[in-house]
Amino acid sequence: MKAGKYDLNDTSIMNFDKQKQEIALSTHDLQVYYGNKHAFYDGNLQFERYKITALIGASGSGKSTFLRSLNRMNDDVATVTGEIMYRGIDINSKKINLYEMRKQIGMVFQRPNPFSKSIKENITFALKENGIKDKQKLDEIVEKSLRGAALWDEVKDDLNKSALALSGGQQQRLCIARAIAMGPDILLMDEPCSALDPISTLKVEETMHELKKKYTIIIVTHNMQQASRVSDYTAFFHMGHVIEYGKTKDIFTNPKIQATEDYVSGNFG
Amino acid sequence: MNTKKVNKLALAVIKLIAAVVVVILAFLLGKILLSGLPHVSWHFLTTPSRSFTAGGGIGIQLFNSFYLLILTLLISFPLSLGAGIYLAEYAPKNRVTEGVRMAIEVLSSLPSVVVGLFGFLLFVVQFKMGFSIISGAIALTFFNLPLLTRNVEDSLNNVPKLQREAGLALGLSKWHTVTKIILPEALPGILTGIVLCAGRVFGEAAALIYTAGQSATNIDFSNWNPFDESSPLNLFRPAETLAVHIWKINSEGIMPDAEQISAGASAVLIVAVLIFNLSARYLGNRLYKRLTASK
Amino acid sequence: MDPIREKILKPSKETRQDILGKTLSYASIFLIVAVVLAIFLFVASKGIATFTENKASLVEFLTGTEWNPGANGPNGKPLVGALPMILGSFGVTFLAALFATPFAIGTALYMTELSSKRSQKFMQSVIELLVGIPSVVYGFIGLTVVVPFVRDHFGGSGYGILSGSFVLFVMVLPTITSMTVDSLRAVPKYYKSASLALGATEWQTIYRVLLRAAMPGIMTAIVFGMARAFGEALAVQMVIGNATLLPESLLSPASTLTSVLTMGIGNTVMGTVSNNALWSLALILLLMSLVFNLAVRFISRKGKM
Repeated sequence: MKAGKYDLNDTSIMNFDKQKQEIALSTHDLQVYYGNKHAFYDGNLQFERYKITALIGASGSGKSTFLRSLNRMNDDVATVTGEIMYRGIDINSKKINLYEMRKQIGMVFQRPNPFSKSIKENITFALKENGIKDKQKLDEIVEKSLRGAALWDEVKDDLNKSALALSGGQQQRLCIARAIAMGPDILLMDEPCSALDPISTLKVEETMHELKKKYTIIIVTHNMQQASRVSDYTAFFHMGHVIEYGKTKDIFTNPKIQATEDYVSGNFG
Repeated sequence: MNTKKVNKLALAVIKLIAAVVVVILAFLLGKILLSGLPHVSWHFLTTPSRSFTAGGGIGIQLFNSFYLLILTLLISFPLSLGAGIYLAEYAPKNRVTEGVRMAIEVLSSLPSVVVGLFGFLLFVVQFKMGFSIISGAIALTFFNLPLLTRNVEDSLNNVPKLQREAGLALGLSKWHTVTKIILPEALPGILTGIVLCAGRVFGEAAALIYTAGQSATNIDFSNWNPFDESSPLNLFRPAETLAVHIWKINSEGIMPDAEQISAGASAVLIVAVLIFNLSARYLGNRLYKRLTASK
Repeated sequence: MDPIREKILKPSKETRQDILGKTLSYASIFLIVAVVLAIFLFVASKGIATFTENKASLVEFLTGTEWNPGANGPNGKPLVGALPMILGSFGVTFLAALFATPFAIGTALYMTELSSKRSQKFMQSVIELLVGIPSVVYGFIGLTVVVPFVRDHFGGSGYGILSGSFVLFVMVLPTITSMTVDSLRAVPKYYKSASLALGATEWQTIYRVLLRAAMPGIMTAIVFGMARAFGEALAVQMVIGNATLLPESLLSPASTLTSVLTMGIGNTVMGTVSNNALWSLALILLLMSLVFNLAVRFISRKGKM
């Protein structure tokens, strides 16, 4: 298949050594359709535990579509076929419990979306829904997750203030704190810094370095510097296909595919 | 005439028309309030009406209007909330949904007298509920549902989709995402809509003539047992409202001071509607500010 | 076994919450749809009974001029000539729309094109207040102001189609105005600036560009206003005179479908011809509101093309 300048079948996808590396999540023949439009093709990717994997590519290349399929946020708008294996279960099956799955596979979105509640309630709300009533325990989790998102020092005195009063960068870190408060396994981040200024972006990136000690992170970004700064692995998406997947260092310094090379060097188009 | 003159003349006419509309409203309000308010007194607001002699009040009718309003909202709000949530959150995009929307649109454009007659046929006659406040409340619910449902749907749709995703991504059920996150954020819009609907219900008469009835039985305001026939809370007593009262005394023409009573009652009705309108605006603004406040 | 794995494979309280939520919201919507269907079913079955059970003639119903359902005509069929009411209803509706449309368009143009933000807001409140005034209050004002005015300046008793139209004019004015405002606001800004840049005067721009572009919306607004006028009961009933005779002029007492209904239902016995005939009038009202609805759909579909 050829589309534009590049051969979409000319791909290089890394495989992991299952003896040495623990796979947190993997997809098998994942296809995504919006109505009749085939938006993503043949996703066969594995994601290593406690690592950061970046998904890069131009807008419309299918990277967000792919990411949002992983915790079934696209259920209402798209048809997703194929398998998504997590802990030996195909979580793309109709039969699984979506809610319990999403508690394990959390998500941070492109634009900060705190609830119009206080900072503290933003974090405790879902916990309370989950049946945690003990005030002391809730307070502990609030502090721990805010520290985890590098926000604690900035907001510890204003926990009862409205979350909407925070700056964009703070709001996004609050959303990260809210996600990790659930104690997930995997964190999906959909261009978490696209609405933020450079300083806030740096803060979020620092947070991610800390987070990967405990979580497996998959992040979509259109910022290549960001991908090379924070990630261990990188997958390059183009026109709904994964063209190249490998160690971030290799992708950026020694790509195997012409399309990848053109993209990372800025000669794309 | 050249184009410049035509232009000037046309713009002047437009301004004149707008001015005339303002004058019409000013005249209406002035006429109603000036001719009505002098008749409004504490005595007028609290004493029962008289049929054949002058000097009656509108006490029972006023109470009935408020009681009916509250009952109507109690029935129609949960229903419209459910229906609005269905349309905004659950409705698939298909022909069935199209049909549902069309049904609601048709209901909203039905003449209120037809809705009232249906209530009369089904509840008053068929279910043998008689002319009663509950029949009236149900008829008004039908009349109220389409507007309230659309209002709930619009207010929910005004909350960004991202907020829904935030809830779902935390593993919350869709129902709790909607009821505990989206609904509170949509509340200012919903409340404004409710208060505006309240104004409409308060002034409605056509749907009530043959459901809640045209007689205001004497009620005993010291008896709050809703099962007792003379209790104000009794759901099965006929309950003429203020709006129906105005219509009745004008079409019967047996009350000697019908015109004064109507004027007074109209003034009370208008003041009530004004209060509903103003408080809707105030409430909406305030809640909106509170939700987005940076305190 | 992995406890997380087990959780993901089993239903949880969230599953139950969603079932509850779906049930509640589906039940509410189902109820509303059922109500609409029930209204049509009940009114239609009652309204048709006049012709099936009481053997009245449909042609006579639509074209006859003598309304006395309790009595039989020379052909042995009930006298159900509803033409006076049908004419009355259409008469007040068209006249009211005719009076209101220029005022509504003028006011809407003022609000969207010629006024400052502040007077725009003021006009908005004026329109909202006009909507808010209950119809019985309109009827009462009609009775105490419009009827004497018509009597003194036009002649007759004052009760009649003209008075009814005057009252309805004010009642449909805000409906037509606010929807016209919406459709004028929906006209892209560059239409206007392009026209002005070509040297057209403001009025030429309004007349040739704005009104033309907003036409489907304005038509919809007028149809909505007519639907409101057609279905209005009490305000009209209070000023029209309630004579079930073919109106000789705009000044002679007449009646509308709604006014005969409001007056009659209480004075007839369920199941009799007189009562069934009234339900037939209600059926016309119902069908007309359906027609108005379809007209709106038709116009907006055509406007899109």
